[in-house]
Amino acid sequence: MKTFDYLRPATISDAVAAAAEPGAAYLAAGTNLLDLMKGGISRPDRLVDVTRLPGLDRIEPLPDGGVRIGAMVRNADLACDAGFAKSFPAVAEALLSGASAQLRNAATVGGNLLQRTRCGYFYDVASACNKREPGSGCDARGGENRLHAVLGWSEACIATHPSDFCVPLIALDAVVEIEGKSGRREVALEALHCLPGDTPARETVLEPGDLIVAVRLPGQARAFSAHARYLKVRERTSYAFAVVSAAAALRIEQGTIREARLALGGVAAKPWRARAAEQILLGAGADPAVFRRAAEAALADAKPSGDNQFKIELARRILVRTLTLAAAGTPKRIAALPASPFASASGALQHA
Amino acid sequence: MNFSISLTVNGVRRDVALDDPRVTLLDLLRERLDLTGTKKGCDRGQCGACTVLVDGRRINSCLALAVSHDGAEILTIEGVARGDQLHPVQAAFIAHDGLQCGFCTPGQIMSAIGLLREGQAGDDPERVREGMSGNLCRCGAYAGITEAVLEAQNSLVATGQRRSA
Repeated sequence: MKTFDYLRPATISDAVAAAAEPGAAYLAAGTNLLDLMKGGISRPDRLVDVTRLPGLDRIEPLPDGGVRIGAMVRNADLACDAGFAKSFPAVAEALLSGASAQLRNAATVGGNLLQRTRCGYFYDVASACNKREPGSGCDARGGENRLHAVLGWSEACIATHPSDFCVPLIALDAVVEIEGKSGRREVALEALHCLPGDTPARETVLEPGDLIVAVRLPGQARAFSAHARYLKVRERTSYAFAVVSAAAALRIEQGTIREARLALGGVAAKPWRARAAEQILLGAGADPAVFRRAAEAALADAKPSGDNQFKIELARRILVRTLTLAAAGTPKRIAALPASPFASASGALQHA
Repeated sequence: MNFSISLTVNGVRRDVALDDPRVTLLDLLRERLDLTGTKKGCDRGQCGACTVLVDGRRINSCLALAVSHDGAEILTIEGVARGDQLHPVQAAFIAHDGLQCGFCTPGQIMSAIGLLREGQAGDDPERVREGMSGNLCRCGAYAGITEAVLEAQNSLVATGQRRSA
């Protein structure tokens, strides 16, 4: 690991000033950054430790019924906050389906949003990667790419965004609060991450020094709490990134879908909101044929970037399954295997 | 740059002068404080062998910078027994053959203690397995590990009931 200067500023404005310098990076838990630094993928000259900044570790209810989640709240604390999990169950389920208990105890809300892709060629410094080294090429094209993007990719980059947490957040219109050199601003989470285009090294709209201080969910997001699920297909039962995942949140009145939110994970360089599919669901009942039509619409623009044609049909089926489970109702307790398509809704034993 | 940090490790205050900010909590424990019970497996947060409790919560010490944890309270495998009396989780691992080669065992035990403190798994084997999925065992002692954690959970519940009775 390349050495670095370590700073632990006492205020947000000092942190922003320190991190705006070239070569600086913010350090929160470091569960992704330290891994990247050990591999030589990230080589910051200066780490600005934000774990002790005041006021960033709170989960605050908002007057409109929404919630403001401080950027330093740990993933496990958010998922296990009873009030939060009751109001936003798909978000809690997504959090609990990610990483391991040890990582969830450390990893932060802000860090989850800004984690880097797990593309193996990005991680391998001997491989060409336009994201890690602009202009060097992309060894994932023509390489081991069955898990790569099927939506929004470019010739320059076919990597995916690995977050589970972001998928239901984007479905529920989450907003990101950012403190920067010119003060506080807000960006919709959907607009935070960039598609690769010709500049895959630019992953977010953040500028040097910008610090995510909180994520907000609006009060309307609570209206889906009775019918909200997250499902995640993995290549092993637990502790794996998504091959494909989906969040579905429905507002159902007398058997009719009045509002629908859908998003996909593991399919693109950003968490993917499926707005056209949401429209198809309005006014329908819990009808498998309508769910399938919505899934077709969500993947209408999908195309394989390599040996991953299967992900397109897998994503459609996962969307149908997620909608089916969401329509059936949010379970009282998150299943023993959170977000697993193989878990029974009741949480009964799978491997007994 | 030099950084002085102080930690409470297994109940004892330790003041450490760090000459390098790159030192992880894992390397600090093993190389500077000679607490080699905590194991370095992958060193990348994938295997769980380095699991310790920081301020009562289990984390991967390989992915934690020591300098960022100034003031923290650390519990390692060396600190869980009371003299010759094993921690209930340690005793349960022996009783249920929750190990073969033993390399992952300190991490497994610290993770299990963390899991019991979190109180989310109860006596559901599937929740125990899911909650222990961050700890790999190359010998494949998972069946015994699950039984051991369940027994420790039950003995904690029984102890709690005796205390409150």
